[in-house]
Amino acid sequence: MRRVLPKILADYAESIAEYARLEGLDFYPTIFEMLESDEMSQVAAYGGFPQRYPHWRFGMEYDRLRKQHTYGLGKIYEMVINNDPCYAYLLRDNALVDQKTVIAHVYGHCDFFKNNQWFAKTNRRMMDDMANHATRVRRYISRHGLDPVEEFIDTCLSVENLIDPHSVFMQRRESRSATKERAQKRERGEKDSADSGKYPAKSYMDRYINPPARSTVESTDLDYETGRKHISIPSHPMRDVLLFILENAPLKDWEADVLSIVRSEAYYFAPQGQTKILNEGWASYWHSTIMTRYCLQAEELITYCDHHSGTLATSPGRLNPYKLGIELLRDVEKRWNTGRYGPEYDACDDMETRRNWGKDKAPAGRVVGRGSPGREKIYQVRSIYNDVTFLDEFLTPEFVEEQRLFHYRYDPATGRMVVVNRDFDRIKQQMLFMLTNHAQPYIYVLDGNYRNRGELYLGHRHGYIDLDIKYAKETLKALYRLWRRPVHVESVIDDDPILFSFDGEQSTQQTIDDATPAPANSFA
Amino acid sequence: MKIAKDHQRFRQIVKGKIRKDLRKFLSQGELLGREGKRSISIPVRNIDTPRFRYGDNSDSGVGSGDGQPGDEVGSGEGLGPGGTQQGQHILEVEVGLDELADILGEELQLPRIQPRGRKNITSERDRYTGIRQSGPESLRHFKRTFRRALRRQIMSGVYDPSRPRIIFERGDKVYRSWKTVLSPQSNAVIIYMMDVSGSMGSEQKELVRLEAFWIDAWLRRNYQGIESRYIVHDVRAGEVDRETFFRLREDGGTRISSAFRLAKELLETSYDANEWNVYLFHFSDGDNSSESDSRECCRMLSEDLLPQINLFGYCQVASAYGSGNFINVLHEHLPDIDNLITSRVNTKDDIYDSIKTFFMSGQ
Repeated sequence: MRRVLPKILADYAESIAEYARLEGLDFYPTIFEMLESDEMSQVAAYGGFPQRYPHWRFGMEYDRLRKQHTYGLGKIYEMVINNDPCYAYLLRDNALVDQKTVIAHVYGHCDFFKNNQWFAKTNRRMMDDMANHATRVRRYISRHGLDPVEEFIDTCLSVENLIDPHSVFMQRRESRSATKERAQKRERGEKDSADSGKYPAKSYMDRYINPPARSTVESTDLDYETGRKHISIPSHPMRDVLLFILENAPLKDWEADVLSIVRSEAYYFAPQGQTKILNEGWASYWHSTIMTRYCLQAEELITYCDHHSGTLATSPGRLNPYKLGIELLRDVEKRWNTGRYGPEYDACDDMETRRNWGKDKAPAGRVVGRGSPGREKIYQVRSIYNDVTFLDEFLTPEFVEEQRLFHYRYDPATGRMVVVNRDFDRIKQQMLFMLTNHAQPYIYVLDGNYRNRGELYLGHRHGYIDLDIKYAKETLKALYRLWRRPVHVESVIDDDPILFSFDGEQSTQQTIDDATPAPANSFA
Repeated sequence: MKIAKDHQRFRQIVKGKIRKDLRKFLSQGELLGREGKRSISIPVRNIDTPRFRYGDNSDSGVGSGDGQPGDEVGSGEGLGPGGTQQGQHILEVEVGLDELADILGEELQLPRIQPRGRKNITSERDRYTGIRQSGPESLRHFKRTFRRALRRQIMSGVYDPSRPRIIFERGDKVYRSWKTVLSPQSNAVIIYMMDVSGSMGSEQKELVRLEAFWIDAWLRRNYQGIESRYIVHDVRAGEVDRETFFRLREDGGTRISSAFRLAKELLETSYDANEWNVYLFHFSDGDNSSESDSRECCRMLSEDLLPQINLFGYCQVASAYGSGNFINVLHEHLPDIDNLITSRVNTKDDIYDSIKTFFMSGQ
């Protein structure tokens, strides 16, 4: 399905890359490919990749996108993958001016992928890894059948979001490489106490001479009651639930591998969710700057404006990340160009003075060029911020007023969404809430050997908002399929601490009181 | 394409052929479209993976635009969690009622309706299909003309952004052009009947409204001239206008035969069965007042109504009160009649299936 870019577009891609570099963007080599709309729907359904492992949810997404396109409800202009080199796809039926805009937009994304700190630890060979994942899952399917593998993937997807996106930047605990060290010692011929009972073997033969199943049975730390290997208990609440399950649940080899595939893909996609506004704002800032300064031909102007404003259009009930991102970046640029920051500016509460602050210093024109303090500042923003920190630091009452933001809420009396007010603090709080952890609850492992019966005990760190009970119960069932012992999650519903459990047969919920056995860790 | 397999698998799950365990997570997702000022959702099947997520008390958000405290916020989602997919630009586009009906037809795989009666009569109709350089001023395409003028002025340097004044010249003007299409003419009348007795609450009305909207959309797509008549009844029946039909709420008992009698009168006085395609739809919670009245209804249906009409659709909505027995009476007394179709609607999700039941036979 790959199609070489027509010469004219290849030339444009080259010249736009030049302009982008001139403006200071720094990106991986970028490979553009041309797709038909149907192929674009496929690629988009696969999350941007040319192939993924077989699973119905990609079919579901494809179904939706294809309908959206056929019924004229919307179209995907472009896709770009965070990879080295970056891959980007252009839609074949787009007009030339759209293709140019998209190319400029793509370079914005590529620069962001390469330079934003939150992407620093992502896998830049994901293109290859996704293909490998697909091959591995296909192999399991041919060995174990489609249904069991698919069901297992469904189970994994239920807990896919229980990862710790910050863990890639720090070491929360000693890694499992202790086992690696042991292996190295063994290679050097040293005897290790933990290896007693094992036959001496070269490393490449070890798994045949000392098969893992056998060594598990023979290992001394068996739990008598459950007959399972002793479960390690986290020393503090552990947020990477997937990792804990991967290391401690009784999974078959292929199951562990599938779970690790799901987990690594979740980690790969996580920064994209964390930086949606900033990333789209940055790319839009750059397609706008590059197009209006360098590339736009007079006859393309109106079409360009039409599509650019379409992308940035807002509707009352919806905040457009493109719009919010580009406006806030421009606001930051303007503030730093006019010196509207720092204690002196913050202390000033005369509206008139604030409005005219630094106007004399301000360079003319809306888009201020290279080397200006504003431009320097937004380069810094793109390097070290994510959506939460970006809004937390740079959202101002003036900006909220200018963008006419408001806070709305569901009104149970009328069953409608109604405007509550335009209070800055409330709006900011709400926006930060919606962006923090993807607006998903924080779930931690509190105990892996609850009641000394090898049961898994999770905790929801409650902050104002309750769990959806129906979903929580179904998720527990999925967790049980992985853990194969009773699973629990503690939470707060209507101000009462509640423990939800699933023991393989029935779901229960009970109020937590003094009689409830405590898990090994707690939030307090 | 590679994704064909995944796609097929998904469709099989939706149809309930495989992986039946997943069907309970099946929901009616939506694609938003807009018809005129109201937005309309198009059903797209969606399977929801259970996850830990926030419950009901998280229903608030941030939007932008005009509005005073207390004003309703338009449809669409607030700033939700950022998607994990990168860089998809999605545009919303307006959808016409015709297209909506087509989408519905395609989704439900409905056959085109075969009109009865004088189907050989054809009529001419003009449709605007294109653009040309000359024409009457009344057909001038303003937006395109404006755009051409703007483009010309920018190119020739006359345009001044601080005084954005656009002056058309002769060469800028473009006009709509039309094509004459021949199409078979057939007329149809839909008579909606609704039980407005005490047991029909606002929830039931909402279901009826939605169901009626889609019935209307589909029939309008299939016939040129459609007339709609509305009858409400409790123990007596009366004809009302569309607005009242959906708003009226009465108390009291139910005598369904009263509505059938009025429908029959309407047909006799205004709609000759040889010239009109007649559709009757009756919405009720199925709690008729007496057995004898139910028997009377069946008699009227089989003798007076069914022989004359294309379709009688009976749609029973679930209600907290009442036996909901009428549907069973119909099944018992009038089994195997082609143009009598019944369906039950308990929730919004049932509506699409109900529409499908009604129009599957293409009558």
